[in-house]
Amino acid sequence: MSLFINYTLNGITEGMIFASLALALVLIFRATKIINFAQGAMAMMTTFIAFSLLSHGLGYWWTFVLVLAIGFVFGALVERVLIRPLQGKSELNPVIVTIGLLVVLEGIAGAIYGNASRGFPAAFSQSGLVVGHTKIAFSHFDVFVVVAVLVLMGANLVLFRATSLGLRMRASAFAGEISRLLGVRVGILLTLGWALAGVAGALAGMLVAPTSSFGPYFMDLILIYGFTAAVIGGLESPVGALVGGLITGLCTSYVGGYLGSGLQPLGALVLLMVALMARPEGIFARPPARRV
Amino acid sequence: MLEVQDLSVSYGPVNALRSVTFSAQPGAITAVLGANGAGKTTLLRTISGLAKSRSGSVRFEGEELLGRAVENIARRGIAHVPEGRGIIEELTVEDNLRLATLWCMGRHERQGAIEATFELFPRLSGFRRRHASTLSGGERQMLVIGRALITRPRLLLLDEPSLGLAPLVTAQLMALLRDQTLGTDMTVVLVEQNAQSALSVSQRAVVLNLGEIVVSDSAAAVAGNSDLRHHYLGF
Repeated sequence: MSLFINYTLNGITEGMIFASLALALVLIFRATKIINFAQGAMAMMTTFIAFSLLSHGLGYWWTFVLVLAIGFVFGALVERVLIRPLQGKSELNPVIVTIGLLVVLEGIAGAIYGNASRGFPAAFSQSGLVVGHTKIAFSHFDVFVVVAVLVLMGANLVLFRATSLGLRMRASAFAGEISRLLGVRVGILLTLGWALAGVAGALAGMLVAPTSSFGPYFMDLILIYGFTAAVIGGLESPVGALVGGLITGLCTSYVGGYLGSGLQPLGALVLLMVALMARPEGIFARPPARRV
Repeated sequence: MLEVQDLSVSYGPVNALRSVTFSAQPGAITAVLGANGAGKTTLLRTISGLAKSRSGSVRFEGEELLGRAVENIARRGIAHVPEGRGIIEELTVEDNLRLATLWCMGRHERQGAIEATFELFPRLSGFRRRHASTLSGGERQMLVIGRALITRPRLLLLDEPSLGLAPLVTAQLMALLRDQTLGTDMTVVLVEQNAQSALSVSQRAVVLNLGEIVVSDSAAAVAGNSDLRHHYLGF
């Protein structure tokens, strides 16, 4: 039983990280209908920037805030420079460009930092908390992971549901031409969507790095998990990204715990297949409306 | 006043508009009539910036509109209700209205304008929190016209507002449009295939055929010209 509890706690923490990357994918997909295959590599880059800043003696929290800001700018730049010129062209172009960006970023990171894995400091202790006399698989750092992702999700929820900026962003994503006719500056809002995705991705990178071997390819597998989470939740739903992330995190944790860690990616892919067969539009996709 | 001068628009080798020249006065409805493919929708899309012109000029209150971004044209008080009812189905009825006010109204003024729109279309009031996708055809049309009027535009471009509506609903919409226009300084350009209905509320009429203006005259004169009606307007 204690194993099950520990796997569950571990799944919740991992699920939160997947949710963060899933949110990044969702923010971009709902704004521009593009799957950003480079999202993981962008997060890897910002994490390497964090690594450099920390190595040069900058404090963790300053680095944390600065890297989120860099993620924001990075996301905006990618949209403006690489994605915007593809508007109105073949739907295949963004796929090729984002995969190309993934390869380029991993190549750049490898050239600058080398391909060897290394350690990355955590904000808090990673030693399991003690409940009663038992040490559980849930540390102060895991608490931080859960809280950080929940704050990010909450901020997005407030932005989209309770602010006029969020209303403009939703309108731009759903009906760009109509929104422009209503005076909405759609172009800026699409850039903002990519920028916010950059923040979510940068956060995911900072949260994953202390728990895994940190190197140029460390986000590749997380991207697959994040993508699985986004699809399960329903590619356009931030809440779906959270729920999908938790489902994926729990699934991979149970598979890793009971069947072996080597089977975790397979577990995620089986989960993705089951989700696509059972509810291809995702759990939180809005059912098609009935005209009356 | 809206002044369209020698406006030409092409889609590849197809000339959608050829040297179109007409003007529309404030406080009046100018009907743009013609068969399918006459260029009516292209004309409105060019005025609002959605379509690019090949040559010519579109001036509103002395300002050139061609070459400006769609959202900047909208922010000059020009509301375009596109063909197909242009609601944002994923948003609620109230959010559809609110969205139109964001660029020009403060929070308090905005809420007042939304309530005024619900008074104009009481039927929508009960649906304010419902997704716009659940509305019927007539309700959708009320919503897009309400959304266009909520900012008190100086130029209103309406593309086929009667499309798919029952005759009674069409008559109500046309009457409302007339009431909202006459005695104000709003300029209205009304594109319609239902020529009879459009002429009944319009002061001026422009008849397009294959991208060219066939006639530009008072609505009464066009309605009274049986040859013109028979050849181009089908009644």
